[in-house]
Amino acid sequence: MSKFREPAAFQAASADWQLLPFRFERIRGRVLLTNLVGEHLFLSAEEFEQLGSSDLPTDSPLVRRLRAKHVIREKDDELPVELLAIKARTRYRRLAEFTSLHILVASLRCEHSCPYCQVSRQSSDREAFDMRSETAALALDSAFRSPSQNIKIEFQGGEPLLNFGLIEEVVEAAETRNETEHKNLGFVIATNLALLDDRVLDFCRAHNVYISTSLDGPADLHNKNRPRPGRNSWELATAGIQRVREELGVDRVSALMTTTRSSLGRVREIVDAYVEQGLTSIFLRTLSPYGFAIKTKSFNAYDVDHWLPFYEEGLDYIIELNARGVPMVEQYAALILKKMLTNDDPGYVDLTSPAGIGIGAIVYNYDGDVYASDEGRMLAEMGDKTFRLGNLHDDSYEEIMLSEALLAPLEESFAPSAPMCQDCAFETYCGSDPTYHHATSGDFLGRKPTSGFCRRNMAIFKLLLERYEGDATTRALFQTWAGH
Amino acid sequence: MIALRGKALSAPFEAPLPRSVWRLVDADTLNSQRGSRAFLVGDEDQAPEGFDLYLTRSEGPNRLDSAFVLRLPPELDYLSGDDVISVSDDGERIRVLWRNQSRQNSVLLTERCNHYCLMCSQPPKTANDDRLLAEAFELMRLLPRDTAEIGFTGGEPTLYGQGVIDLLRLCRNLHPEAEVHVLSNGTRFADPEFAAAWASIDNPNMMVGIPIYGAEPARHDYVVQAEGAFNQTIPGILNLAQLGQRTEIRVVLHKQTAPALPEIAEFIARNLPFVDQVALMGLEMIGLARANIPQLWIDPTDYADELTEAVTLLDRSRIHTMIYNHQLCLLPRAMWPYAVRSISDWKNEYHPECIECSVKDECGGFFFSAKYKVSEKIKAIPTEAAGREPALLNLG
Repeated sequence: MSKFREPAAFQAASADWQLLPFRFERIRGRVLLTNLVGEHLFLSAEEFEQLGSSDLPTDSPLVRRLRAKHVIREKDDELPVELLAIKARTRYRRLAEFTSLHILVASLRCEHSCPYCQVSRQSSDREAFDMRSETAALALDSAFRSPSQNIKIEFQGGEPLLNFGLIEEVVEAAETRNETEHKNLGFVIATNLALLDDRVLDFCRAHNVYISTSLDGPADLHNKNRPRPGRNSWELATAGIQRVREELGVDRVSALMTTTRSSLGRVREIVDAYVEQGLTSIFLRTLSPYGFAIKTKSFNAYDVDHWLPFYEEGLDYIIELNARGVPMVEQYAALILKKMLTNDDPGYVDLTSPAGIGIGAIVYNYDGDVYASDEGRMLAEMGDKTFRLGNLHDDSYEEIMLSEALLAPLEESFAPSAPMCQDCAFETYCGSDPTYHHATSGDFLGRKPTSGFCRRNMAIFKLLLERYEGDATTRALFQTWAGH
Repeated sequence: MIALRGKALSAPFEAPLPRSVWRLVDADTLNSQRGSRAFLVGDEDQAPEGFDLYLTRSEGPNRLDSAFVLRLPPELDYLSGDDVISVSDDGERIRVLWRNQSRQNSVLLTERCNHYCLMCSQPPKTANDDRLLAEAFELMRLLPRDTAEIGFTGGEPTLYGQGVIDLLRLCRNLHPEAEVHVLSNGTRFADPEFAAAWASIDNPNMMVGIPIYGAEPARHDYVVQAEGAFNQTIPGILNLAQLGQRTEIRVVLHKQTAPALPEIAEFIARNLPFVDQVALMGLEMIGLARANIPQLWIDPTDYADELTEAVTLLDRSRIHTMIYNHQLCLLPRAMWPYAVRSISDWKNEYHPECIECSVKDECGGFFFSAKYKVSEKIKAIPTEAAGREPALLNLG
């Protein structure tokens, strides 16, 4: 059939390929390439050599892969650039709608005395450590000033249930206000659940309030990490989780864990404890270098090299559980996979660039001080008020959001223009964490070769890519996580 | 296979017919309307008066006193009330434009095309066939008000430019509730003015199905045998998306496309995630595909892994994904929930092996053209194995 032309007739006219922006990293003999928006592909060393020495033919399977992923383009071919631009715009669109998470510290008091906690007080002095109504009203004003259409108000502590009356007040006032503002309004109480009672449950049911709690693993570990009078933190937390599941709904409660030295080596038991409670997600968190965690040296007691095997074992166990039909999401992996496999950036405060401080989440402390992040508040408790943006009673919304205390760290830490980050193949998956780097190295940018943040995240990116490429079942699982 | 055209058994008319498109009326659907209606005379009937054209079935009565009486060939005896046909002005050639009993009517608007796909089921012609468009206008006016689905196909319908816009606007105005599906290669939508004209039809029930055969130009352009096609089709889809128009991506699976399916799925998920649906189509062994069997044939079982990989990714990317024209016995069980019984009823056939099969009723079956080439792995599914699995890869 001479009417049909051969594939050669439709190849590029010349092998004069133009490179589009991409970055690379050698991983175990292969070369990872990521394009401008983080789409990835692996090349063999020989293929990479071909690309690097401009030795590509007019068509080949490699050429087709590179064109499909917008790594190279035919001269004057506008489409790859247009598509990259659309994807980049999509990734950054959330920036115009800034600050969706508003954290109100309802009370600094707590009946727990967890050694890793950065901020709580054992005190019965309500006057000194509870947020007052006037302060809460100002915090609500600020929240509604945010351009974001989605406003989530999270009550934190200390233990916020110690000041539950204020929570009721704020929720009701926010709902009334939203009758004219029409935001997507949501509420979360971060509580240890020890004080959960019918009043709290009835209110949460009536106002669609979500519960976020702490569960560090099995009883002995949890109670060791989280001491309280009676040594029954785990018993109260798990009983509370079950009450919320049954009385409000299974999707209304989630839990967070904190890794301590005692947790290392026990990640399977920790995951099992979540499965046992019927929870379907877990966030394998590293310990943050703030507050009492630094004071008590529990942060320094282990480093990234100890934490990574813990994470890897946990991730693999979770993958294995899913393959056996037990649904469980590892939240940190899910956040990263969304950035790897879609054009979305979930805007997770510690893993986005520009950083999420102030523009992803903002913290209103009990006394009206405004912090760019929860970690910024913790630093302040240790006497470093670098991330204090102002006070609700003294400063206007504009003064707070345009303060140098917010703009300077945002600008100085911006990863796409940070030394080493700008060349890093993982930059689009990563973020800038000016609070962490300020705390550990004294400036917002940090020194990447010695940054624990950098080492930890690079290792996780590699691990996730390795598992993703490894087998179809894990690939499908990761795609599911990315889609959530 | 149901015939959609035929030659009248009656002698040619002496005078030309006054019009070509007719809606059929039989004793069951008879009312006072006469304009554009042809009466289909039943075996026992007396023909009511006032129709410009009367049809009799091949064995039907023979004593009608009218200028225009046409005797249908046996293969068109199935016609009944509310079907629409076109008749050449000498009364010799009949084409069926609409079968009221079918939900899979497809209106051919032209046989001309600016692509020449390796596997085209409707090989393009160059002759002017504007009359097909004119007939389609007439068809819109004759279709019942409760018509649920209308498909338009070609050739490349958008070659008409404003003509096809006018037709689809008429379709929207006369049949606002109908689901309208238009097949196009999408290149014309790269013209922002044409895309804007399309959007101005303002039919939320209209979807355009556009094929993609690669994740980059070389493969796509080869399959459609048109240089620069990819670089027009993709911008065309982007233009439609920007205007809020519903789009479907179609990928016909054969030896040139199936191996690249995971890459195509990745490309769609990342670059075109806004599309309304993706249809992965089995190859129809007809038209140009028969001429290109060596370049095109691949046993569906040989691309099962690529298909699974692609469907999984698209599904997880929350893109509604369907597998068309595949026999269930050739698909991995995990893919069954995505399989759609999609082969137009008039083309549908089954294999001898299908007689014993317990899932025959859920299966797409075959194109009648499967007689030219069919997988050797067609196998009846025994009853005990027929349970359909709801989830894919059991990942919840």
